[in-house]
Amino acid sequence: MEAKTGTWTEKKGLAQMLKGGVIMDVVNAEQAKIAEDAGACAVMALERVPADIRADGGVARMSDPDMILKIMDAVSIPVMAKCRIGHFVEAQILEAIGIDYIDESEVLTPADEEHHILKHDFKVPFVCGCRNIGEALRRIGEGAAMIRTKGEAGTGDVVEAVRHARTVIGAIKQLTVMGDEELMTFAKNNGAPYELVKEVKELGRLPVVNFAAGGVATPADAALMMQLGVDGVFVGSGIFKSGDPARRAQAIVKAVTHDQDASILAEVSKNLGEAMVGRNVSQMPEGEKIAGRGW
Amino acid sequence: MKIGVLALQGDFAEHISMLKKIGVETAEVRLPEHLNGLDGLIIPGGESTTIGKLATAYNLIEPLREFGKSHAIWGTCAGAIFLSKDIGRDQPLLGLMDIKVQRNAFGRQVDSFETDLEIDELFKATGTEHPYHAVFIRAPIIEAVSGSAKVLSALEDGRIVAAQQGHLLATSFHPELTGDARFHEYFISLAS
Repeated sequence: MEAKTGTWTEKKGLAQMLKGGVIMDVVNAEQAKIAEDAGACAVMALERVPADIRADGGVARMSDPDMILKIMDAVSIPVMAKCRIGHFVEAQILEAIGIDYIDESEVLTPADEEHHILKHDFKVPFVCGCRNIGEALRRIGEGAAMIRTKGEAGTGDVVEAVRHARTVIGAIKQLTVMGDEELMTFAKNNGAPYELVKEVKELGRLPVVNFAAGGVATPADAALMMQLGVDGVFVGSGIFKSGDPARRAQAIVKAVTHDQDASILAEVSKNLGEAMVGRNVSQMPEGEKIAGRGW
Repeated sequence: MKIGVLALQGDFAEHISMLKKIGVETAEVRLPEHLNGLDGLIIPGGESTTIGKLATAYNLIEPLREFGKSHAIWGTCAGAIFLSKDIGRDQPLLGLMDIKVQRNAFGRQVDSFETDLEIDELFKATGTEHPYHAVFIRAPIIEAVSGSAKVLSALEDGRIVAAQQGHLLATSFHPELTGDARFHEYFISLAS
């Protein structure tokens, strides 16, 4: 038999290998090494972490491929990179340099305010953000092989991450007890593809891996998301905007593995230095929130 | 029969659901005391650096080596790396199997592939003939086997993708991602 590459099993399979792990935002090779040494299961290569994108303003685009390649050379773990929502040429460029996973991300300035990338067209797998089940299933319908709940990136405030994870997981629970005759109306009301709604009901979970993102800043935050039922955690600004990134990174990795063991969580939470300062999402003007990007 | 699955990171839940499908009792292993009462252990796919670091941090390396002397252990992908003696770079290894492994041997994710394998030993043990469909994800290869380790399966170009040494088993692919339970059944026969 001919070897087949870029299959659906391959795409969602890599995300399955990341489960129970922490994916860390890094802006250079040095940070990538710190993340790998701390036990990150993958890194997200980007020029500015979300907290800085917020602070700097302006248009946020795909990172310089040269900078991404340097990170790919520096570590042996998978490397992800972000492209703008709908910017399929940025995605083509990331695929061409051999990136392991593309995050079509609301953290960057959207390139298309109506359409996402048709991700089935690519051999490289994609992860996309969501706030609810409809958004998750639309992205999977377009070919996303991994989902992350969005939270509110660059804030260090876990409240939106909790809201989005509870919303998605709550809807999955609802679906599992719904009658088959209710599924089409559920699909209509949630803007979700019917076939995927049926699949979620059968599986009792999303058909792809689901991580939490957007606001995780401490080991306790990470374990909270795991106990809520996600498969793993993205940490963006929370590590390298803190006082002691290496120590905090290790602590979050341990907290995700031992999320059910409060005595271990207590141990790893000790003496981590300053957490990122953060911003309260509830006091942010609506216009500054980015989770609403995505259609 | 109770089989543990090392649950530090990776797709341990997929192995557990495969074991349940064939009626085997399972347990998640995160700390040394979780090895008590197990008849065998699976080390799942995941990131071998992450698994190695967490195993070191929670003092699992020596207990796992001790366990492997008398019990069956099977490593898939990252697990195969972790079981090996030599990977040509510095990261924590159990060193239980006389195999030399190269990480990410096929390239990056876009080079990950599925293919069919002929695995005589497996076909004999399970009384089947149809090829084994194997999923390779950023997969390692087994560059060489030595001592009492033997080759179980290789690709057409000769690269080794599965090896066995007594009750120890290493596969560079992921039987937990297919619906085919034959490899899990084979492992159970080693653990019995």
